[in-house]
Amino acid sequence: MSYWEFLAQNAPRYLDGTLVTIAQFFLSAMLAVLLALTAGLMKLSRNAAMRWTAGVYIEIFRGTSLLIQLYWIFFVLPLFGVTLDKFYAGFVAVGLNLGAYGAELVRGGIQSVPKGQWEAAYALSMSPAKRMYRIILPQALLNMLPPWGNLMIELLKATALVSLISVTDLMFEAKQINGSTFLSAQAFGTALIIYYVFARLIVTPFMRWLERVMARKLGRA
Amino acid sequence: MEDMSQYPTELSGPDVPMVRFMSVTKSYGALTVLDSLDLDVSEGEMVTVIGPSGSGKTTVLRMLMTLETINGGVIYVDGKPLTHMEKNGVLVRADAKYLRRARSSIGMCFQHFNLFPHMTAIQNCMEGPVQVLGLPKAEARERSEELLSMVGMIDKKDQHPSRLSGGQQQRVAIARALAMRPKVMLFDEVTSALDPEVIGEVTGVIRKLVAEHNLTMLMVTHQMGFARDISDRVCFFYQGKIEEQGAPESLFGNPQRERTQQFLSAVKAAD
Ligand SMILES: Nc1ncnc2c1ncn2[C@@H]1O[C@H](COP(=O)(O)OP(=O)(O)OP(=O)(O)O)[C@@H](O)[C@H]1O
Ligand SMILES: [Mg+2]
Repeated sequence: MSYWEFLAQNAPRYLDGTLVTIAQFFLSAMLAVLLALTAGLMKLSRNAAMRWTAGVYIEIFRGTSLLIQLYWIFFVLPLFGVTLDKFYAGFVAVGLNLGAYGAELVRGGIQSVPKGQWEAAYALSMSPAKRMYRIILPQALLNMLPPWGNLMIELLKATALVSLISVTDLMFEAKQINGSTFLSAQAFGTALIIYYVFARLIVTPFMRWLERVMARKLGRA
Repeated sequence: MEDMSQYPTELSGPDVPMVRFMSVTKSYGALTVLDSLDLDVSEGEMVTVIGPSGSGKTTVLRMLMTLETINGGVIYVDGKPLTHMEKNGVLVRADAKYLRRARSSIGMCFQHFNLFPHMTAIQNCMEGPVQVLGLPKAEARERSEELLSMVGMIDKKDQHPSRLSGGQQQRVAIARALAMRPKVMLFDEVTSALDPEVIGEVTGVIRKLVAEHNLTMLMVTHQMGFARDISDRVCFFYQGKIEEQGAPESLFGNPQRERTQQFLSAVKAAD
């Protein structure tokens, strides 16, 4: 059987798997961004309880493996009465994990905005909230976009783990195809190419484009 | 703890100064930067602060902008306490909300301009009026355009700071501070980061403010000639204290204290 025959035969399954991976990617990315912003800002709060809460979240999710977090959310939480469907458990685990890494990027990005910007906003009597979202965050965002580009690639790769709780993503389909055809090189090679194409031809160029758009908005182009 | 009952909750009487530092002390850990400073600035007065590096000049302005908390004493602006607020007849340290309102009567220009890089010149000027004072956009725009014309930056109003020279950025920064209609303006070495050939653009704007507006101003500068020209009064700081102060003709022309003489001759030698 030629590779093209193999591909023609299994294309629908790869397509299904890819769509699930894309869904997992977008949902976990959205969750990660939201959590990163929240925890990153809390980490810089004046309130010790807020800082502590964010610190615990970041420590736990950066300090343990994503796979264990995934199993916890899918297998252990039900024992405490919290049952998530595997599709939800998948992107929630990935989002929580990468959100913890993102929180450090947010914190670093905010701290990299020069002190003079805080002081100028303060001298205009801006409230702390307005100072943050009108002056500091837009500049912090530009500083942290390049590392976020890397994080998004990590996030895409991390979504492959959800196949281990039987989410029917690209990795899951590749394993199934391997199991029924015994053509490992083709089965996993195809998945590898799809992941690579998605990362390098879609995610990375999108992040670069976002950087350019932001740079132009900030008058730095 | 300092006995706060010695400080009035409000200044009254015929000549209430625009700014009063009353026994103000500032220290960083064990280092006392300003020691029981008393300084009054009258309405419409231009006071220049000179002195050697580390003598506390910047600290004086930053305390007045409330960028630094003070360790002792009280600062009053227009008769009302700035660093403190009244509670049951005595002054207590001002909270964040009180400070935010109190400091809105003060504007500051910094050595490194600190314009917001993601906003154009006019957006920089409109930011405070719209976001803090709640002015309608049209009114804020009109006010900002007027000020940008005054500082000679109206043709560059839609440029981002990255497209402007240092002198141009500093003029926009002055317009931005003035757009808040402050009662007191602070200038901290606003020409120190500029190339010599553009210093005149900025000092020209400050001269205009002195000549045409009744603003109270406090300025730190190393340009003695400029200070001599435009100040009503010059204060020479030395090690966190006012060593000598007076009208520019007398302080520059006939300094009384040895430290002042040494400083002025050292500055002259460097020129
Ligand atoms: N954040 C800080 N922490 C510790 N010490 C500080 C801090 N800011 C200022 N100082 C010290 O306070 C003293 C006065 O500083 P200040 O900046 O007011 O001096 P200055 O007169 O403006 O000097 P210059 O002419 O160099 O600008 C200096 O000894 C300085 O080292
Ligand atoms: Mg200074």
